[in-house]
Amino acid sequence: MTQFRKGLWRSALAAAAVAGFVTSAAAQMELKIMAPAAPGGGWDQTARSMQQALTQSGIAKSAQVTNVPGAGGSIGIAQLVNNSKGDGNQLMVMGYVMVGALLTNKSPVTLDQTTPIARLTTEYEAIVVPADSPIKNAKDLAAAIKADPAKVTWAGGSAGGVDHIAAALFAKAAGADPTKINYIPFSGGGEALAAILGGKVTAGISGYGEFESQVKAGKLRLIGLTSAKKTANVDVPSIKEQGIDLEIANWRAVVAPPGISADQKKALTDTMDKMAKSKEWQDILKAKGWEDAYVSGDAFTKILADEQARTKDVLTAVGLVKS
Amino acid sequence: MEAFTSLASGLSVAIQPMNLLFALIGVLLGTAVGVLPGIGPALTVALLLPITFKLDPAGSIIMFAGIYYGGMYGGSTTAILINTPGESASMATALEGNLMAKAGRGGPALATAAIGSFVAGTIATLGLTLLAPYLVDIAVSFGPEDYFALMVVAFVTVSATFGDSPVRGLTSLFIGLMLGLVGIDLLSGQSRLSFGVPELYDNIEVTTLAVGLFAVGEALYVASRRHVHEEKLEAVRGSLWMTKEDWKRSWKPWLRGTMFGFPIGALPAGGAEIPTFLSYATERRLTKYPEDFGKGAIEGVAGPEAANNASAAGTLVPLLTLGLPTSATAAMMLAGFQQYNINPGPLLFAQNPDLVWGLIASLFIANGMLLVLNLPLVGLWVKLLTIPQPWLYAGILVFATMGTIAANPSPVELIMLTIFGVLGFLMRRFDFPIAPVIVGLILGPLAESQLRRALSISLGDPMTLLQSPISATLLAIALIALVLPFFLKGLGRFKAVED
Repeated sequence: MTQFRKGLWRSALAAAAVAGFVTSAAAQMELKIMAPAAPGGGWDQTARSMQQALTQSGIAKSAQVTNVPGAGGSIGIAQLVNNSKGDGNQLMVMGYVMVGALLTNKSPVTLDQTTPIARLTTEYEAIVVPADSPIKNAKDLAAAIKADPAKVTWAGGSAGGVDHIAAALFAKAAGADPTKINYIPFSGGGEALAAILGGKVTAGISGYGEFESQVKAGKLRLIGLTSAKKTANVDVPSIKEQGIDLEIANWRAVVAPPGISADQKKALTDTMDKMAKSKEWQDILKAKGWEDAYVSGDAFTKILADEQARTKDVLTAVGLVKS
Repeated sequence: MEAFTSLASGLSVAIQPMNLLFALIGVLLGTAVGVLPGIGPALTVALLLPITFKLDPAGSIIMFAGIYYGGMYGGSTTAILINTPGESASMATALEGNLMAKAGRGGPALATAAIGSFVAGTIATLGLTLLAPYLVDIAVSFGPEDYFALMVVAFVTVSATFGDSPVRGLTSLFIGLMLGLVGIDLLSGQSRLSFGVPELYDNIEVTTLAVGLFAVGEALYVASRRHVHEEKLEAVRGSLWMTKEDWKRSWKPWLRGTMFGFPIGALPAGGAEIPTFLSYATERRLTKYPEDFGKGAIEGVAGPEAANNASAAGTLVPLLTLGLPTSATAAMMLAGFQQYNINPGPLLFAQNPDLVWGLIASLFIANGMLLVLNLPLVGLWVKLLTIPQPWLYAGILVFATMGTIAANPSPVELIMLTIFGVLGFLMRRFDFPIAPVIVGLILGPLAESQLRRALSISLGDPMTLLQSPISATLLAIALIALVLPFFLKGLGRFKAVED
């Protein structure tokens, strides 16, 4: 009975959260969260999960999610910078992919114009090979690339995205010319996975979540993750631990519009700090398999600047961005 | 057989009253969003995900499957009645279906679509039950070169949609191919023909083009002709239901459509558009009533509709067996699975048999529900055609605009819709076929990226296209399809002389 009631109450809450209004005792922020992508993708899921955590825990009075899809987030960020200037209730979800997309799209608007708030989650990249591949570990793969980078074909996501950058960094760390890598972009995760399973390419690179069930079923061999140290969910040492100096993660974060006051920035940061610690958010992270990577304030501002500089170097090296 | 025992236990999950209710909600929602152009099943599932988070996994996944099948049904209704395909998969249906509706045969067109979808959906779901583990191995062995060869077959058969003049047909096709180049090139990440407009980076949306050319273009054309000669539409001429003749002409296309839809849908990059157009082309070639094509031939509705629904079931093969989402909707269903910590993939059948077989069983149920739901509505739907023309077309314009805006809230999208509308009007006015434009937009970019991937993997050696047995076979089929008509024509002439 109580279980049933609780369930009912929860679904009512969830429904109310979706409708965009929630009655909460305390007077908290009325947030607007923009997902610069169509419903369903990673950024959209992040925005909607934030909405769920913020309203269910009562940290925010309301949280409305809007979608502004297009061009890897270039359209969303243009709207944030141009139309929401000084709006202390507006947030935008973004991620590492946007850093590269803004560079390759030659976007007139840059991330430097936004107000960085916090990094939320991270996902490490995984390199896999078909189960019957002669390549057993990162050293084998590095040797193959060093011998002839063009003969090692990589399947991954869109050109200039995190998968592509990671592949280029791997080649560089292996001592090969990153401009010579034979990277083949696929549109959806599914198509790339099919090409790897079918043995059409040498290696696949993407977020570990995409490969996890295939690795567990023994259809793909995990070469390693791009984390600093071996993570608990895999049996293989990280690529860095195998002696290839590669560390990269696909993170997701929130930024605010330009021109907000120091008080407004603090209010947004405090709200995010509270959300990151809430049980509701932690539950969502667990359910979605997202790694908590919460960093706010100046530390995040520095990460954002560093990632932009590094990405620009890599994309220039592989020829996607003309310097 | 083991599959049937499992299916029986799945049925016991699916017929629990709550799950039946979820299936019903799913098919109703799916039909509703399928009717709206632009809002597809993928978007619906995405918006429902946070709500269903608290529901029990079996129920919500059954609902998602209902939405998926329902969307495939709903898209055909508007395609037939008002020439506005709700999804790209129902574009082939619009070609003959709308002509039938205009000739007062909207009833039989809707009926053959509904029954054909049911037949195809059922056979394909049966295929999913029995063949999934075997089919998936073949599907994965399809490489980029094989996909390219499949596209070549599709390109060759597209000529069936050309109408009477190959020159006009090719012109239309090349307009489509050119539009297909707009946006960021998938393989190099560079933008082409987008003139610095960021909205164009994401390529031209197929539904925007289709709705613009079909619906807006048609509305403009009808408006321009109104004072010259008023087209009298008869909502119902003859029987509202399918006659014996209609049944006789429909059942083979249903089965053939299924044969195209299911295997191609099961391919990771197969999709629903290619099988529908292949089916249309086949029916046009095989029909005993070639004079009916271009005036509303029932075969041209029955085949593509069956192919469309069969491909929806096919898509579930890689999703359930490998965790490969091969359509936008399948990707959303995958996200739905994941929120319950269920990972579709090689282990799903072993780890969550109740869920998988419950889902498959509820697909049968959703299919039955859709038939029961749609057949009685046929009479109601065709009443739509009795609305006075100015009102009807004004309504279509509003409907088309709303759907486009809902899918892509941007003024640029509306401007594109208007431009495509004017283009559609001009093409009608000067007698250019419209379907090839859309085929070009869909197939062009696919063929291009698959060919470039294949060449990239083979380090630039074009012989890779002939070394793969699948690709070589498909290319041979394409060659035969290209040459055979000329050969038969010659043979026919030879015979005529002999007579």
